[in-house]
Amino acid sequence: MAEVTNQEKNQTKQSAFSVYLKRYWQLYVLLALPLIYLLVFKYVPMLYVQIAFKNYKIGKSVWSAAWAKNYGFQYFIKAFKDRDFINALFNTLTLNLKDLIFGFPAPIIFALILNELPFKGFKKVIQTVAYMPHFLSWVIIGSLSLQLFAQDSGMVNMFLKSIGLDAVPFIAESRHWVRTYIGWGIWQSFGWNSIVYLAAIAGISPDLYEAAAMDGAGRFAKMWHITLPSLKPTIVVLLIMNLGYIMGGGMERPMALYNKLVMDKAEVISTYVYTVGIKGSQFSLTTAIGLFQSVVGVILILSANWISRKLGERGIW
Amino acid sequence: MKVKSTTARIGDWVFVVICVIVGLACLLPMLNLLAKSLSSSEYLVRNDVYFLPKGWNFQAYAQVFKNSKYVRAFFWTVFLTVVCTLFSLLMTTLCAYPLIFERLKGRSVINVYITITMFFNAGTIPNYILMKDLKLLDNPLVLIIPSCLSIYNMIIMRSFFYGIPDSLRESAEIDGANFFQILYKIYVPLSKPVIATLALFYAVGRWNGYGDALMYMKEEKFYPLQLYLFNIMNNTSKMEVATQEGFSSPGLGAAMKAAVVMFSTIPILCIYPWLQRFFIQGVTLGAVKE
Repeated sequence: MAEVTNQEKNQTKQSAFSVYLKRYWQLYVLLALPLIYLLVFKYVPMLYVQIAFKNYKIGKSVWSAAWAKNYGFQYFIKAFKDRDFINALFNTLTLNLKDLIFGFPAPIIFALILNELPFKGFKKVIQTVAYMPHFLSWVIIGSLSLQLFAQDSGMVNMFLKSIGLDAVPFIAESRHWVRTYIGWGIWQSFGWNSIVYLAAIAGISPDLYEAAAMDGAGRFAKMWHITLPSLKPTIVVLLIMNLGYIMGGGMERPMALYNKLVMDKAEVISTYVYTVGIKGSQFSLTTAIGLFQSVVGVILILSANWISRKLGERGIW
Repeated sequence: MKVKSTTARIGDWVFVVICVIVGLACLLPMLNLLAKSLSSSEYLVRNDVYFLPKGWNFQAYAQVFKNSKYVRAFFWTVFLTVVCTLFSLLMTTLCAYPLIFERLKGRSVINVYITITMFFNAGTIPNYILMKDLKLLDNPLVLIIPSCLSIYNMIIMRSFFYGIPDSLRESAEIDGANFFQILYKIYVPLSKPVIATLALFYAVGRWNGYGDALMYMKEEKFYPLQLYLFNIMNNTSKMEVATQEGFSSPGLGAAMKAAVVMFSTIPILCIYPWLQRFFIQGVTLGAVKE
């Protein structure tokens, strides 16, 4: 008897599932293409990460390559003995950290300033203008940088010379170049990144400001006690995301902005991997470097999220 | 209405002045470029052009339009951008739409599967070897397929879909509509704002990107415009080509460089102000989780 009921149960279960499929198969058909895309272009490369532990030669299969020495860690050891990589690692961290310190507050300050503008139309114009740099490619920003800051022909240096000052090596000397690089980063992103903060400000109830005005709060008191605290959750979430990227960064920005004279401070991991890996064919070494970078990135973002939850803020997931 | 005190009004003006300075800082570099592209070479050689063109001259633009390589790269990039945008929008919709159905079995597993790809990236070299194994190196498809789905954009679209009332979908289901019909009869027409936003994001990404082409594309005829510009700016492209086409003659070269940059930026600069409402909404949707 028990067997029969079990069988019956199975049958109803099965038929429930086929009823479900009869209705829902279409959704799986729709999902198929994106999921296959992710499998091929995101998950297969994860399998290829084994190159970091093998002596891989281009043209050979990833699977058949022999394991590297030192239990497969040969190339990690090589990377950390490589002064150029250590330098690139250090530069990546410094540039990203400076981006964070100087670039992160910029959109917040800009949003606070915009919020104080008395004329709506003027505010819109300024917003539109401030979003413009976000739509320029790094190649174009690189050429703007050259136009403005070149040592002997840049507009800014021509102006400095014409009023009797010395030319400044904005892009020709490493320390100045770093400032220029950070500056262009802020220029490109402050307007765009302010959108999120402006949206959060728009959501603040006007009652709060009116009540504060009744209590005699001035402009800055309102900013400090109402606007900024309302932005706090947004700030925390974005800060976490940015902390997670401190080891990352693409190659388009540094490549468009750097030049031979400043490579000691400008070579970052992404450009180093491109030059040594793809151009120099040292695939195992640079895969090891990339893997190190990704793993540190994941650890950073997980721990930043964990800390923010401990502090009582919402995390990013 | 409240009457503002004098101090408050002075304060207002201080903020106006700050904003004017910020606005000028954004515009002046582009103005300088525009002025250079329109100036004659004698002033350019002396580096004497600031924000207004000196000795009006359209020769640089004429040269650029006569340069068949540049014109080719321009139209190739237009084509590439259109194809990429359409394909990416399709992929994004296909990914976002099924995930809003709570009864979809395996939904949480699929969500994890998708989220992992956002946080862990295998790195440049494994991706490069994959392209090689898939025979995509030097293939124009490499500029379209590998970047056809951004999970960040997918989340924006999904957030927008969540905002569409379930009742619409449920009543359509009762009327016997299948899921394909619900997608293109209800969700797509109601999602025009988010589709416009994401179209802008994808189009700008493709128009401005050059890193993938730099790595995966050696075939010069498939260079997107930005890589072409990158090579001109860095003089890394074959030097003799640059010399032939006038980019390295001292005065005209400067004007021509300015003109190519101007010309490849203008399409985007003309479009983005009209889509402002949409991209503000897009960024805001991206910022709210789930």
